[in-house]
Amino acid sequence: MGLFDYFHANRKSADVAKERLSILIARDHFHRHQPSFLPALQNELLEVIKKYVDIDQDDVTVSLDREEDCEILELNIALPEKRHNKEA
Amino acid sequence: MTRIIVVTSGKGGVGKTTTSAAFATGLALQGYKTAVIDFDVGLRNLDLIMGCERRVVYDFVNVITKEASLNQALIRDKRIENLYILPASQTRDKEALTMEGVEAVINELKETFDYIVCDSPAGIEHGAYMAMYFADEAVVVTNPEISSVRDSDRILGLLASKTKRVVENKTPVKEHLLLTRYAPERVKNGEMLSVGDIQEILSIPLLGVIPESQSVLTASNQGIPVIMNKNSRAGLAYSDCIGRFLGEEIEFRFIDAKKGGIFGKFFGGR
Ligand SMILES: Nc1ncnc2c1ncn2[C@@H]1O[C@H](COP(=O)(O)OP(=O)(O)OP(=O)(O)O)[C@@H](O)[C@H]1O
Ligand SMILES: [Mg+2]
Repeated sequence: MGLFDYFHANRKSADVAKERLSILIARDHFHRHQPSFLPALQNELLEVIKKYVDIDQDDVTVSLDREEDCEILELNIALPEKRHNKEA
Repeated sequence: MTRIIVVTSGKGGVGKTTTSAAFATGLALQGYKTAVIDFDVGLRNLDLIMGCERRVVYDFVNVITKEASLNQALIRDKRIENLYILPASQTRDKEALTMEGVEAVINELKETFDYIVCDSPAGIEHGAYMAMYFADEAVVVTNPEISSVRDSDRILGLLASKTKRVVENKTPVKEHLLLTRYAPERVKNGEMLSVGDIQEILSIPLLGVIPESQSVLTASNQGIPVIMNKNSRAGLAYSDCIGRFLGEEIEFRFIDAKKGGIFGKFFGGR
């Protein structure tokens, strides 16, 4: 048993509970404050990209994340394997 | 001015009904005319804890649907002056509580009562929403247990966004943390979240800590709200809560293990 495991096994369960709870509640709050424009943004992006590439709903994901004190808006667009350039 | 208090928690079985009964009784004992409403439609329980189950003829839903008048449905407590109970319906479902119906009942109660205590059902569905919607103050009942604390946090979010006071841009619902079923020995051994831990996480003012106590079950067996038992630690802790709620400064007790030896010896598990 490594030192770390040993430490963990001996931690008071109340301390574990408190730590889990703090993380959990921070996450709950984060989701509660997720801006409501995200779904709309996702749809509009989809429409724009569709003009050029043949993709559908599931290929675009938009999410907001927080690291330290900066917010990161993450766009993920999966292009289909065979690219259908609509003009081509 | 009538104050409306909701006793709520999110999580089930944490002590809302026990607390509602204690609160309503405690306020009436202080001379305030108090009504306690059971919002747990379909799972009526408050009448049992208040010991008036055999006197229920009409209920909250009957009043809403105008099958009975409010005065017909209100049960006057036989032991305590100024205390009235409005039981829930056992046969309907929660949807029977319409916003307009609940508001009409509350407005009528407001004409004569000082306090209206609303015993919320568990969950965050319609019944719980109706119980909190008209509240001026909220007693958030929490057990020192991870899921209960999380649910309380969730309820605090709803209190801050889904109540009449918010909709009407008034000062927000005043929140009070009430920790129940607290076992100082277990906290001392590191097996239970402490008052401090929970307060730090929820960060709302602490109204009281009710110890885990056998006298709560005895009280419910007998249909006598535990606050009436002056030999019970839980009863005394509830009395302290009433004092604090009414603005008195009262020291917290029963929160440290093995402190205040006489209390420990005197009360045992009570
Ligand atoms: N301080 C306490 N010590 C010991 N037992 C308690 C204490 N408070 C409540 N209980 C017990 O916990 C159980 C649930 O209490 P209660 O019915 O008041 O909870 P509730 O939150 O109203 O439940 P529900 O969500 O079902 O409405 C009961 O058996 C009651 O006797
Ligand atoms: Mg209940």
